[in-house]
Amino acid sequence: MNILVCIKQVPDSAQIRVHPVTNTIMRQGVPTIINPYDLFALEEAMRLRDEYGGQVTVLCMGPPMAEDALRRALGLGADRAVLITDRRFAGSDTLATSFALATALGKIAEERAIDIVFTGKQTIDGDTAQVGPGIARRMGLNQLTYVSAIDSLDMGRRSIVVRRRSEGGVQVLRSALPCLITMLEDSNVVRRGSIQDMLRAARAPVTIWSAEEAGVEDPLKCGLRGSPTVVKRVFAPSPREESAEMVTVEGKDPARIGEAIIDLIFARDPKLEVALTATAS
Amino acid sequence: MKKELPERFKDYKNVWVVVEIERGRVHPVSWELMGEGRKLADRLGVQLCAVVLGPKAASTKAAVKQTYHYGADVCYICEDAALTDYRNAPYTEILTDLVNKHKPEILLLGATPLGRDLAGSVATTLGTGLTADSTELRIDDDNSLAATRPTFGGTLLCTIYTLNFRPQMATVRPRVFAMPEADTTRAGRMVWESLRMKEEDIVTKILEFVADNTSSEANLAYADIVVAGGMGLQNEANFRHVKRLAQVLGGDYGCSRPVVQKGWLPAERQIGQTGNTIRPRLYIAAGISGAIQHRVGVEGADLIVAINTDPDAKIFEFAHLGVVADALTVLPALSDAFARRLRAPALAS
Ligand SMILES: Cc1cc2nc3c(=O)[nH]c(=O)nc-3n(C[C@H](O)[C@H](O)[C@H](O)COP(=O)(O)OP(=O)(O)OC[C@H]3O[C@@H](n4cnc5c(N)ncnc54)[C@H](O)[C@@H]3O)c2cc1C
Ligand SMILES: Cc1cc2nc3c(=O)[nH]c(=O)nc-3n(C[C@H](O)[C@H](O)[C@H](O)COP(=O)(O)OP(=O)(O)OC[C@H]3O[C@@H](n4cnc5c(N)ncnc54)[C@H](O)[C@@H]3O)c2cc1C
Repeated sequence: MNILVCIKQVPDSAQIRVHPVTNTIMRQGVPTIINPYDLFALEEAMRLRDEYGGQVTVLCMGPPMAEDALRRALGLGADRAVLITDRRFAGSDTLATSFALATALGKIAEERAIDIVFTGKQTIDGDTAQVGPGIARRMGLNQLTYVSAIDSLDMGRRSIVVRRRSEGGVQVLRSALPCLITMLEDSNVVRRGSIQDMLRAARAPVTIWSAEEAGVEDPLKCGLRGSPTVVKRVFAPSPREESAEMVTVEGKDPARIGEAIIDLIFARDPKLEVALTATAS
Repeated sequence: MKKELPERFKDYKNVWVVVEIERGRVHPVSWELMGEGRKLADRLGVQLCAVVLGPKAASTKAAVKQTYHYGADVCYICEDAALTDYRNAPYTEILTDLVNKHKPEILLLGATPLGRDLAGSVATTLGTGLTADSTELRIDDDNSLAATRPTFGGTLLCTIYTLNFRPQMATVRPRVFAMPEADTTRAGRMVWESLRMKEEDIVTKILEFVADNTSSEANLAYADIVVAGGMGLQNEANFRHVKRLAQVLGGDYGCSRPVVQKGWLPAERQIGQTGNTIRPRLYIAAGISGAIQHRVGVEGADLIVAINTDPDAKIFEFAHLGVVADALTVLPALSDAFARRLRAPALAS
């Protein structure tokens, strides 16, 4: 099986700071990680490889330092890594990102046809969940999003059965390869890399392609110029006018605190008292 | 970047909302979008149009009728057995066809599993821009759509435009906009279209639908009263205090993200940026510090009450009422006090 996993390098956003005066994002010194959602995709891909044979290639579009993320994926057990990096990719929105990734995937498929492309459900920075569907559409792959489990795979018939999270339940879908799967979080337990994989990862070559080498013919479809969306303004949310009215009760008697809270709630929303007593009686 | 709309997009007009129907039920986010879409259409002086896709069934007809109640002037309808349950291929095909034929300038969908799956495919096929998870939609002076969305987990907001392409597409999460009032006297125009794709052409088949066995539980995002607990509750067992207060108030309960990560409550109970957005009338948060990622999910609440031992907790910056106290003693006391109060008037009458 030829399995591709798209992984994105993202800032560890718990540590993102915003400059208090200029309101800009301070990226300096912010550690980067593999987008956490993508690890579930990588794990599922490796599980299929371990069962059916073949290889898992990780693909990333990003700045040169994104090689780190790919090496970490190799350390977890991926077989091969491809980084597409080019100034012309800078400022890509999801349409331009899916164009660049689909083009590189097309180039990879020239060597050997791709059976499954995996992506994460979404990223923690852009957080759009649009890149997976974009790639599927461009490559004509059967699109299977929000997958919580792969029930079965029949390589002879090239058919696959998956569970897809939808509103109010789970759809059990039968589809066909080649397909694109966006994997739901917590759908598997991500392995720790073996010592051998870690050692291999440190030395393994990472294929690095420019836009041209990735097969991009029309650079106008990449980066800022290939992006229909434009971010016009970035700003901090305005703080609320007043802060909370504090309940003050002498002593620490919970019962009196409880009564005081209720008085204040009903003072602010008298109709709520009426509604609650009506349903309670 | 200059705003200069190519000639071929100049006749794109009207605001469209895709009505999301799963298993015969319209997702309320569709009506929330109709409410907001109505304002955008009025501002532009154009029509609000709904798109209803589904099987030939009473539920589809009922949905069409409701689109007018929630503000639609026109409803585009496609009834076909292949549209019975949501699947990407036929839905993308029909929605793309409808857009190419009738040319809307704005196309809105819910940021749900269905809406996100469909919007990403349709935007790619049309080659247009798509703003994800918008929290505010506004019409700019030059009549273009300004969609604002939180970034970096809500630390910042950014405003995104689709300048040179049409339609301008956006998804919006459930509960970000308020539910509009239904006006059952309204009616409008119906336009039927047919699906070109045949069932034989659709690769993906639905073998089964396994409904969540939470039918008895209320839907957290739509609950009127929500009580939530955070790490301040210290262990799984203490969530009984949260559940009891929710029960006394006839509401639902939730939690912050680390509580889910600890495995104390399931993921569907999480409130915030990466969980549910809620808009209850009353939100009681106990032992929750009020991180920005939590805040963005609860800001639509009418009344926020916070219980926290730390007087400097961030949650007091956006709660309406606050009390510095131990949630483990105050929550049970509050449940008892509410139970007494709510029973008392009934006994007196
Ligand atoms: C704050 C902010 C807001 C944005 N809002 C929008 C918006 O509303 N609309 C829009 O079109 N663009 C938007 N963008 C741009 C968008 O984030 C980028 O296009 C980004 O390259 C991919 O989108 P995403 O991070 O949302 O990925 P998602 O679509 O959430 O990612 C889904 C999956 O695709 C794969 N993937 C995504 N990016 C890469 C990559 N570079 N390399 C390898 N695999 C990848 C991963 O498997 C990932 O799990 C925004 C960017 C920022 C920083
Ligand atoms: C990408 C990303 C997405 C995220 N998405 C979400 C999200 O959707 N939802 C979410 O909630 N978080 C989210 N988070 C996590 C968020 O940043 C915070 O870490 C989280 O909200 C903190 O949870 P908490 O308030 O329960 O815990 P803590 O921050 O540990 O706070 C516990 C609070 O309890 C108080 N306390 C302690 N003991 C008591 C007591 N006996 N009685 C009363 N109070 C007490 C403490 O003073 C403290 O304020 C996200 C983070 C990231 C990076």
